Amino acid sequence: MAVDYAALKKGGWMRQKQKGKFALRIHVVGGTLTSKQLEGIQKVAAKYGKGYVHLTARQSLEIPWMDEKDIEAIKKDLAEYEVYPSVCGPRVRTTTACQGSSTCPSGCIDTQALAAKIDERYFAKELPGKFKFGVTGCRNNCLKTEENDIGIKGGLRVKWLEDPCISCGVCVKACRENALSMVDGKIVLDESKCTYCGRCAKSCSADAWETHPGYTVSWGGLFGNHIHRGNEIVPFFEGDDRLFRLCDATIDFFAKNAKPGDRLQFVIDRYGQEKFNEMIRKVFEEEQ
Amino acid sequence: MAEEFKIDETVDITNVVCPVTFVKTKVALEEMDDGQILSVHMKDGEPVQNVPRSVKEEGHKILKLIDNGDGTYDLIVRKVGD
Repeated sequence: MAVDYAALKKGGWMRQKQKGKFALRIHVVGGTLTSKQLEGIQKVAAKYGKGYVHLTARQSLEIPWMDEKDIEAIKKDLAEYEVYPSVCGPRVRTTTACQGSSTCPSGCIDTQALAAKIDERYFAKELPGKFKFGVTGCRNNCLKTEENDIGIKGGLRVKWLEDPCISCGVCVKACRENALSMVDGKIVLDESKCTYCGRCAKSCSADAWETHPGYTVSWGGLFGNHIHRGNEIVPFFEGDDRLFRLCDATIDFFAKNAKPGDRLQFVIDRYGQEKFNEMIRKVFEEEQ
Repeated sequence: MAEEFKIDETVDITNVVCPVTFVKTKVALEEMDDGQILSVHMKDGEPVQNVPRSVKEEGHKILKLIDNGDGTYDLIVRKVGD
């Protein structure tokens, strides 16, 4: 029986150099695996593989040395532990994410929840080329969002509150952009310098900052044969509706205009960066 | 400005680097009683950007950050908890 390699690749089975052997890529969302999933992966790696796994550059996990004849049995064994194959090839890939605000002191947004939403909406969607999402919780950018076709960076829009402020001056020093100054005991924010890092609010001992989580989005990042840093086209904004409107519009644009094997930035370059930016700005400005 | 507060203890972290800056501060606070006031003498830059936040995250109350005008700061903290 002829092996349908394309179908296998679609299902996360990557052909090894060694005939009849595959590395199975596991579906991971936001770099998180449960202990139950790890148990299933451990069992399969020991039983069908060579007792090791490989961590991929994009927070997935691969179990090498899977034999062609065991594919169905492996899938069944893994499913018992809620482990499923990922994808490769021209479709929406693993959504990567840092740990975000649920555990990280620096996190401004719940990256894990957002990665799950993105994954639910787009994972494995068939496209002319691969498409990658990455989510990071703050300006520290541990996840390197600009490497992704769509990169999402969390931030906090801040507003100083006069009443609770004790004029201690800590926020002025915590700000790395020199966006804050204290004038007669009052904090003055230069919004043109603010990068939405939220360090002022996080350093405040008096709860004197109102914070609104939001996003900085970049488009067209890639970091393979060609390297391009994703561009920020619209300013920091709040609201998941707007975020997903922008993601939907980008995916539609890519589906309509890409040639096989394209990445988003290649299509943007052919189409015209400015024309693409205009399209994105128009979607950005649509009524909420 | 320091006169505004009755300082119970002081700790100098100008001669150490992160993370010892915070460790020294934390140890000093641990040896104090609830409500007592600690003055932490620190350098500009990384210590003044991060130590106040770490102190806050430990649950203590920051009262003031005093700029000594010589590249050092005094962070006035009220210990919260025993």
